Amino acid sequence: MIVKTVPTPSLIFEKSSPGRIGCNLPVADTPEVDLETVLGPIRQSLDLPEVAELDLLRHFTNLSHINYGIETGFYPLGSCTMKYNPKINERTAGLTGFTHIHPMQPAATVPGALEVLAQVQDILCEVTGFDAISLQPLAGAHGELTCLMLIKAFHESRGEGESRRVVLVPDSAHGTNPASAALVGYTVKSVPTNAEGNTDIDALKGLLNRDVAAIMLTNPSTLGLFEPNIEEICRLVHERGAQIFCDGANMNAMVGTTRPGDHGFDCMHLNLHKTFSTPHGGGGPGCGAIGVKRHLEPFLPVPVVRRSDGGIVLDEQRPLSIGKVAAFFGQFLMEVRALTYLMAFGREGLPEISRHAVLNANYVKARLREVLPAAHDRPCMHECVLTAERYKKQNGVRALDISKRLIDYGFHPPTNYFPLIVPEAFMIEPTETESKDTLDAFCDALIAICAEASDDPELLKNAPTTQIVGRLDEAAAVKNLDVRWRPPAKPEVEAV
Amino acid sequence: MPYIPHTEADRRRMLAEIGVDSIDDLLREIPESLRLRDPLDVPSGLDEHNLFLYLFDLAAKNLSSAKLTWFLGAGLYDRYIPATVGAVISRGEFLTAYTPYQPELSQGFLQSIYEFQTMVAELYGMDVANASMYDGSTSMAEAALLACGQTGRSKIVVSQAVHPAYRQVLSTYAWASGHRVAEVAAPAGDTTDFSAVDGEAACLIVQYPNFFGIIEDLAAARAAATEAGALLIVVADPIAMGLLPPPGQFGADIVVGEGQPIGVAMGFGGPLVGLFACRQDLIRRLPGRIVGRTHDHQGRPGFTMTLRTREQDIRREKATSNICTNEALMALAATVYLIAVGKNGLRSVAESTVRNTQYAIRALTSAGGRVRFERRVFGEFVLDLPKPAVQVRDALIEQGIMAGLPLGDTYPGLENSLLVALTETRSRAQIDDYGRKLAEVLN
Repeated sequence: MIVKTVPTPSLIFEKSSPGRIGCNLPVADTPEVDLETVLGPIRQSLDLPEVAELDLLRHFTNLSHINYGIETGFYPLGSCTMKYNPKINERTAGLTGFTHIHPMQPAATVPGALEVLAQVQDILCEVTGFDAISLQPLAGAHGELTCLMLIKAFHESRGEGESRRVVLVPDSAHGTNPASAALVGYTVKSVPTNAEGNTDIDALKGLLNRDVAAIMLTNPSTLGLFEPNIEEICRLVHERGAQIFCDGANMNAMVGTTRPGDHGFDCMHLNLHKTFSTPHGGGGPGCGAIGVKRHLEPFLPVPVVRRSDGGIVLDEQRPLSIGKVAAFFGQFLMEVRALTYLMAFGREGLPEISRHAVLNANYVKARLREVLPAAHDRPCMHECVLTAERYKKQNGVRALDISKRLIDYGFHPPTNYFPLIVPEAFMIEPTETESKDTLDAFCDALIAICAEASDDPELLKNAPTTQIVGRLDEAAAVKNLDVRWRPPAKPEVEAV
Repeated sequence: MPYIPHTEADRRRMLAEIGVDSIDDLLREIPESLRLRDPLDVPSGLDEHNLFLYLFDLAAKNLSSAKLTWFLGAGLYDRYIPATVGAVISRGEFLTAYTPYQPELSQGFLQSIYEFQTMVAELYGMDVANASMYDGSTSMAEAALLACGQTGRSKIVVSQAVHPAYRQVLSTYAWASGHRVAEVAAPAGDTTDFSAVDGEAACLIVQYPNFFGIIEDLAAARAAATEAGALLIVVADPIAMGLLPPPGQFGADIVVGEGQPIGVAMGFGGPLVGLFACRQDLIRRLPGRIVGRTHDHQGRPGFTMTLRTREQDIRREKATSNICTNEALMALAATVYLIAVGKNGLRSVAESTVRNTQYAIRALTSAGGRVRFERRVFGEFVLDLPKPAVQVRDALIEQGIMAGLPLGDTYPGLENSLLVALTETRSRAQIDDYGRKLAEVLN
């Protein structure tokens, strides 16, 4: 067990002293000007910290010591695909010819950048089985939103924009699905999951009226299970004139093994920051490419990057386009990383991603079967969803308590309480980049913790005890809202 | 493949534990008809050396600001990024972390976000800021949606002196969510026509400095919005905040902006980072993540994400936005930048920008250009030329200069106008050189 002994770091504002600076900045050698004459009134006060360069670095180095990343240890967060982010990707994305170019410079001056975009699109078309890819969406939820916009435009083009007002979302879906649908003005209806963990087809049939614009389906589902009836579901949806969107959060289960485009989906989003290893960066940047079938292509955001006889063109002349969902070409430097990753694997390597992701998830599920049984007893795909319900019934130990205790054993917890339909859920996604040794250590820890859950439940309820802070008072955080630092009030001069 | 650590022995033992013979047995859940039989039609994998060479060659084909002298801005700028920024954001503990849902393991990132929120709010003169948005354009669109929700109105008024790409994103969001956009013209360069800001308007959106570099009269915009009962949304350049009075001082309700100028590479337009700040009383309508300071059960201080009931994973279709992933790493870059430059450095960068801009105005007008709008500008200006701006721009690229942005594509009638941007990284010699070569091209 690693006990963090670093002191609570003070805020950078508390380290500030007037006159210090943290960078030797370039200064103009052009003549001085009278600022008020040029600009009008000038800002009077600007309270930014003043610290020297070394103190700045120590501040962040110390903060990094109380932060956990993939390079710190195993990060089995279900649905998040926390795989290794190869260092070569950082090197290629750091090339000046990529970092120091501007999205509004003439296309003829950036042929290498356009080639990156076109190649990522080409490879992703092949990997997903869709006809066209747009790299403009900036994150997964942004990709979902864009797909729903395409679907709205599609129905409007057929004169059904007003009548199709409902989007169906399974009860196991990510929260972004209903939130994205609401942003496009759709009414959300929930589709139940059946006892086997699949979409309840009878319920779906009942919901599929002429007012349905689309269904948003995650495949494999958030239960980590492949939807065996996916072809039938797609057929039913299309029979009723609706569209079917694939939430691509779980694409890591499918790379090189099966293609959503072949399943019958009309469109999907990808999280390049999950499946194709661009770093999560503490919560972003994401990178949310979308794939569409031919019939949705006219509606794609502009500009469409496409190959033509004369090279790669930025096509703005698309009368049916929904417009822009972001100012420029998407998360370009993330696309460079994704391309580097895709080209490292290549034809022979890509299927090994999904195959080993599935192997690892099933191995963890098998090793934990006695202590944390799977919610559904059948082979899982890239992640497994287990339940800790027995410990809650036994002595009130919750999934969260087990997770917090894992921190004391040196591991990042898995996803808890999601999907919402599994009681005391543990969603574990090991990814293909973890070795058997790491998985064994993790499973051993969980087995030990489950024993503690029976023998010494307080140990779990008080965890973690090895970090700089224990469980935080979230209610107090809301009640006494403190979301920015303010300088301490100057002592008031008492009236005489 | 070094990213997959399994040995043949590992695979055998793992399959035995699972109780199957092969990985294919596990994939039987996928209907046979949907399993790929043929290899994907993509090139074979490359070793690390050849991979790097391949991408190195692609990068080398682009004309970057390291090869040309750069005067193209229009919202993204070729500014100096301190070496400390890269050093901090490439640390694995930050780079490879997930969203800080487990605060006990994420105090480092959470504290930096709290520091970010503090500095963004301070820059803009606002009460509070969130943990970041995707970019300036989506920040602006989300601000407009917030205003519609707050006022119960559906008309979004935006000045045409706001970045054209931002307005395109806004109109897509507005169409999708059933709101309408009214654009007001700015023929003299600044926004003076507030007639569209009426009792139906949810908000008025202006940019500060605006797309043409002009310092808008925020007091006039505030007065017009107040009279109509609309919110005032300002899109503000963070570097200009080193010298200009912040929008909060004029009573802006929401201030958004593109954080690229403070520590993020232009990167062909991504990743960027959206800044989003507002009045205290709008905080429960804020999109995205917010970090708050609290304490643990032993009373030790700590940070956690807060006001979580606004967010999609809790509230689903009733959330204030669908945003989940934001731009945390770029927000960290901005945090390091603002600390590195500090209060005096930000002012110095802004002042250098102003000096270079004033010098460039003189140099380029002497060379045969004419300033189109006689207004106060910060770091950018519109230069009218006696020839089509595209032609001039292209000729100057041949001479090693990225002269600016021709405006004809987005502003019909301005085919002979070039938007020229200056930053602290330009020198007098470079500006003189631009002037000489412009004169040659024009003659």
